[in-house]
Amino acid sequence: MGLSDGDLERYSRHIILREIGVGGQRRLLAGKVLVIGAGGLGSPAAMYLAAAGVGEIGLADGDEVDLSNLQRQIAHSTADIGRPKVQSAAETLEALNPGVRVNRHPGRVTAADILDLVARYDFVLDGTDNFPAKFLINDACVIAGKPFSHAGIIRFRGQLTTYLPGRGPCYRCLFVQPPPPEAVPSCRQAGVVGALAGVIGCLQALEAIKFLAGLGGLLCGRLLTFDALSMAFREIRVPVRENCAVCGPDPTILRPSDHEMAACGLGE
Amino acid sequence: MSAKAPLPRPGATLDITDAVCPLTFVKAKVALEDLEAGQVISIRLNDGEPAQNLPRSLKDEGHAVLGLTDNGDGTFALLVRKGPA
Repeated sequence: MGLSDGDLERYSRHIILREIGVGGQRRLLAGKVLVIGAGGLGSPAAMYLAAAGVGEIGLADGDEVDLSNLQRQIAHSTADIGRPKVQSAAETLEALNPGVRVNRHPGRVTAADILDLVARYDFVLDGTDNFPAKFLINDACVIAGKPFSHAGIIRFRGQLTTYLPGRGPCYRCLFVQPPPPEAVPSCRQAGVVGALAGVIGCLQALEAIKFLAGLGGLLCGRLLTFDALSMAFREIRVPVRENCAVCGPDPTILRPSDHEMAACGLGE
Repeated sequence: MSAKAPLPRPGATLDITDAVCPLTFVKAKVALEDLEAGQVISIRLNDGEPAQNLPRSLKDEGHAVLGLTDNGDGTFALLVRKGPA
């Protein structure tokens, strides 16, 4: 793949880096990342992926932009209220970098379509705000052998980890099953400081960029937590669960399924 | 660098007199990536910041700077041998 003079200039700060160089930038340009959830995490993540020149970015989200989203979902603007998030975010990415292809996947991702969707991409980024979606993404990515970045944020705290097929634990190794709906405050009920979404979403983008360019160490087998109040990162080593129902040697989960949405399907 | 030893003939040339930092370095880096280790390239660059910084930057990348010759027209010819990958 040839790099135009415009590409050399646009990506010059990447190409200068010995660890990325022309080869790494070419790999980014050939890379395909699916961002599920065009919200607080997905907005900054997708914007940095587009800026980095990731060649193909898929956006999957079934929601429309709401005024209360704008405190943290920076891919959308006030004028976008009421519009589908995939449309609003896609336009932001295309304006940022016309050289990347943005695929719009409107509608909530379900067990019926997620395997076909993730198969089209090299890396998946979970930017959703509810446990059923997180387990759906995990199970689909494990079954499809697709690496993905998990993240979650609430109030002043965030966490993320990266699944690499066959090389470390999956999300279900950490958390066997979704918590009961009544135990879960969603982002709609619990507050979240907007800039925290930027911190964690950008860390997810970094994981995708490093995976595509083939550099550094990923958060495989490590859960990174961040507390914005104390400004402290903490790393928790997480082992593979030997009898994991989806990534273990004798799996009982053989296809993705839709869990109860009551956890935070309120008002949807 | 010995003044006696003849400089090797370049197998490739590049003109970056139309670029400014950091594109000077980016263009040189891209051109060097297209060469085999041990190949020599002659790079035409402007006096001043490019002539001061590019040799140092390319050395940091592991390449060998063989010579910097004043062309007498405000430009220099930088002779570089590509280092091992």
